Amino acid sequence: MILHTVNKSPYDQETLSHCLDVIRAPAVLLLIENGVYAALNIPTGFTQRLDPGIRVCALAADVDARGLRARLDPTIEVIDDKAFVDLTITCDKVQSWY
Amino acid sequence: MKLSLLIYGSPTGSQAPHTAYRYAAAALEKGHTIHRVFFYGDAVHTASSLTVTQQDETSIESLWQQLLRKHDIDPVVCIAAAVRRGLLDETEARRHEKSAFNLSSPFTLSGLGQLLEAINHSDRLITFGY
Amino acid sequence: MSDFTPKSVLIVIRSAPYGNQTARETLDIILTAAAFEQPLSLLFCEDGVFQLLPEQQSGLIPAKNLGATLPVLPMYDVDKIYADRSALQQRGLDDTELLLPVSVLSHNEMADLAANHQTILSF
Repeated sequence: MILHTVNKSPYDQETLSHCLDVIRAPAVLLLIENGVYAALNIPTGFTQRLDPGIRVCALAADVDARGLRARLDPTIEVIDDKAFVDLTITCDKVQSWY
Repeated sequence: MKLSLLIYGSPTGSQAPHTAYRYAAAALEKGHTIHRVFFYGDAVHTASSLTVTQQDETSIESLWQQLLRKHDIDPVVCIAAAVRRGLLDETEARRHEKSAFNLSSPFTLSGLGQLLEAINHSDRLITFGY
Repeated sequence: MSDFTPKSVLIVIRSAPYGNQTARETLDIILTAAAFEQPLSLLFCEDGVFQLLPEQQSGLIPAKNLGATLPVLPMYDVDKIYADRSALQQRGLDDTELLLPVSVLSHNEMADLAANHQTILSF
């Protein structure tokens, strides 16, 4: 199982959509840094079209640093740095999208 | 588990050295081992001793220094990437006849072979890009 | 180094050449990995496929010509070289006109390729 990290805002770059082209369940998608802007709760959010076998998380420090906590897609799990470490262990490799 | 980090984003042009720092600190707190941190590309600037940080801001160089020292982690800065960007240790400054050097301790300059060694000898490699 | 087993590494090449140092520094990793006989595959996708264009004249910028180095990779036993079919198509490129022989892959095949390697580096 691959952990994919994405660090770019989907409003700025295509990084997330390139990741979504090749991500296959079971997998974990972790939004970090400006990638957390993809976690906003909007009608066209990407999670609605996603395979349910793909778990989507956002890194808490990046979410809260940007003031996004109250605006998040409720299907996205907010995780702390230690849970990030756990994901890199439970997944057998990491692909970094930046 | 034995983890290695590849940091590829600059400390000013990206968040990479900061995110990687938080990841490393959390991993160590959880009892994992950091085998190596490899600084490549613009991330080499993290190891500059000439960076000045304002008093109300946190120096990423000193955060990394403290963590590396406390846990005796091997911090390798890619020598080719570093010298191209004006980051030199004393040996490289002499070799290239430069008037000064600016690599912070405990960072060391070494080759890309150390990245491959880290891949082969760690359970995971995590990349922090720009 | 006693119990050392080299891992299979997939290098995902997503960056166009010359706009920054990324393509050049990726090539340095590839050449080092080849010298260390690391099991290696290359996947060119997104703007990374632009690295495969022949007739690069980077001396004009000036920059080191990456297009001159890529064709020698098969001589270093780096011969598992893949490219993203949709990235080529979107950019009007034909896989027969590239400076390296590549196997073109669909997105599903790219996902399988990533799954079949132990470590993924992406630049």
